[in-house]
Amino acid sequence: MEKSKEWPLWEVFIRSKQGLNHKHVGSLRASDATMAIKNARDVYTRRSEGISIWVVPSNNITASDPNNEDSLFEPAQSKVYRHPTFYDVPDGISHM
Amino acid sequence: MMEIDIKELEKKFQLKIDKDIRIEPNDWMPDAYRKTLIRQISQHAHSEVVGMLPEGNWITRAPNLRRKAVLLAKVQDEAGHGLYLYSAAETLGADREQTIDDLHSGKAKYSSIFNYPTLSWADMGAVGWLVDGAAIMNQVPLCRCSYGPYARAMVRVCKEESFHQRQGFEIMTKLASGTSAQKEMAQDAFNRFWWPALMMFGPSDADSSHTEQSMRWKIKRHTNDELRQMFVDATVPQAELIGLTIPDQDLKWNTVKEGYDYGAINWDEFWQVVGGNGPCNKERVDARRKAKEDGKWVVEAAMAFAQKRSAKKSA
Repeated sequence: MEKSKEWPLWEVFIRSKQGLNHKHVGSLRASDATMAIKNARDVYTRRSEGISIWVVPSNNITASDPNNEDSLFEPAQSKVYRHPTFYDVPDGISHM
Repeated sequence: MMEIDIKELEKKFQLKIDKDIRIEPNDWMPDAYRKTLIRQISQHAHSEVVGMLPEGNWITRAPNLRRKAVLLAKVQDEAGHGLYLYSAAETLGADREQTIDDLHSGKAKYSSIFNYPTLSWADMGAVGWLVDGAAIMNQVPLCRCSYGPYARAMVRVCKEESFHQRQGFEIMTKLASGTSAQKEMAQDAFNRFWWPALMMFGPSDADSSHTEQSMRWKIKRHTNDELRQMFVDATVPQAELIGLTIPDQDLKWNTVKEGYDYGAINWDEFWQVVGGNGPCNKERVDARRKAKEDGKWVVEAAMAFAQKRSAKKSA
């Protein structure tokens, strides 16, 4: 089969219940978005795992480069004052 | 890349593995790690898909509607498992159609158990109980595999697989407590599937070429023989409970190792079946090849339809 005719790849995101966010669960191939939703229903929600499905063409996702992990995420590591545990709270104060 | 750089990267990689940090698709990994995973995951995917055939054989002949609905659901699950696994292989850069074509050309293998025929309804019981049971034994440790997408697929598969084993055991329990003809049918299925089920764990450790490296990479967490022993120890009491006899005269409890000693496995048969000479090898691969060829026009038509519609939209 010619390469160009292969169905595109889609990433599937499922909301498991009202009040929770959609979460990536896997991927599948489908000819278009409608089929991707139908296939996602059949493959990823056979046991009531979800009440809402998002599908996104995989090639539309831009990902950060794991090789830049250090420079990208390091600044957060060194700013401990962003966490409440950085601060001393005097005795006698129970909730803050 | 310079050789020294690769050495450094490999060292970092192994360090991550040793610390139980999962490897994700875009992370650097040694070529051999990638190749091993693609081989293992695509074989695993093929096994799920080919595994639908021996059971599909009995869907129209299930003894009642409940059994039929259950068997249909189980076979549908196997298709899903195949898909999770093909997707996991794709994250490693494997070309999905190519891996499927490798199955069809005989280049890629699948679990040799599916080259045995399913001759009676009791075989649905034996397959669910023993074959899915052995698969679970294999797959539970794979949930902790070092490669993230494979491990996550396994978590999903294991969740679904436990109903498969139970429904098989239920069929066997029912038959084993039925008429003498039914009991005989159950015992016959058990006799035919016991040894091939033990072979599912692969060659013994001494003859397993991939085990050592796969353990170091934490793709595998137990050796073939360890898993086989766990399976025997778990299954023997289940067979005894429903009154079936293990077709192994050498089987006996070993108080020292606190496990069963079992008889010699016929490795010659194993290698024959792996090599393509099992009872159903040709039938299975032919069925898969035919499915792809017969379905080709559907794949093409769906794609043509999608392209036409998106052209209309943008016009």
